[in-house]
Amino acid sequence: MTVILSGLILGFAFGFVLEGAGFANPECLTGQLRFSNWAVFKVMFTAIIVGAFLIYGARALGLIKLSDIFVPSVYFWGTLLGGAGVGIGMAVGGYCPGTSAVAMASGRFDGFTFLVGIGVGTLLFNAAYPSIHSWIYAQTGPDALTLPHLLRVSPWFILIVLLAALTAIGWMVGADKSLSHSED
Amino acid sequence: MNNALHRTWNPYIAGTALGVVLFVTFFVTDHGLGVTGATTSLTAVAVTIVVPNAFGPQDYLAAYARAGANTWIVWEVLGLVIGGFAGSLLGGRFMPKLDGPPRASSSGRVALALLGGTASGFGARMSMGCTSGMGLSGSAPLAAAGFLFLVGFFLAGTMFAMILKPLWRRRQTR
Repeated sequence: MTVILSGLILGFAFGFVLEGAGFANPECLTGQLRFSNWAVFKVMFTAIIVGAFLIYGARALGLIKLSDIFVPSVYFWGTLLGGAGVGIGMAVGGYCPGTSAVAMASGRFDGFTFLVGIGVGTLLFNAAYPSIHSWIYAQTGPDALTLPHLLRVSPWFILIVLLAALTAIGWMVGADKSLSHSED
Repeated sequence: MNNALHRTWNPYIAGTALGVVLFVTFFVTDHGLGVTGATTSLTAVAVTIVVPNAFGPQDYLAAYARAGANTWIVWEVLGLVIGGFAGSLLGGRFMPKLDGPPRASSSGRVALALLGGTASGFGARMSMGCTSGMGLSGSAPLAAAGFLFLVGFFLAGTMFAMILKPLWRRRQTR
């Protein structure tokens, strides 16, 4: 019951924010990849910085242990090529997995089609798995490798660099034109 | 002319809200937000409903089929869909339509979405997470894997988006 409620409530908030950010709209999402709209970069980087600030802040206060939360390890080729696959998927199909679900929820039939495609891709991966798993899932470096650990700097230094990059790029590109959501 | 109603949130406010939701998720569940964990479970379970012994022990999806669909991530994605529906209704942005590149035909849009979804589904299994599960939930605890994923995502994404750019040119209607 706790699992159901926690999943439903946190998922609801997640979907509500993604939709509010305009991420149900494939023109907004692919516009970032064409550099004609910067909302995806601004939202993603703000979320990463705020999330990181809260996680490392809670850790400093002793409320959270980094070893207790899930921090993914690097599987170099799997992580990099998998990211490329999801990026190509957005350029071609207009979405990534989460945004396609939100697009479907906002009435877009192509969001549903994209989700069907994810099922097809999952089955293709299952078929390819025996012949590719040894090299895509070869771990690089220690478990749960973080940037502060890899670069031997304080997490606060990384956060300041990320914040400076977001501020500089956000200032350079300025505010985005509001996309019309009801043109047809 | 009711443009204000349809306008989406300021990106920095939306990003801050997303970061707070992500932190609360880590605090409550010890892991971040995700999506393809659920689509993988649902794909595995759907196949075993049609073909009960579809997966042998060597199959990637065998463990997912055994675990079933009553998992946190599946409930979270159900909540995600409900949240997206509620948000689009409240924001005046709900509209049944076939979206996609303005210059693509209806069948072309369906084909592109299907093809893109396939690349995305395959890719997210290679990286053990999608833009949410790896890009966002990996990068927030400053995991190197999260940032490596984003590098691959933006490099390949921008390359393919440049090739497909002509499809997205707006029609000169007004």
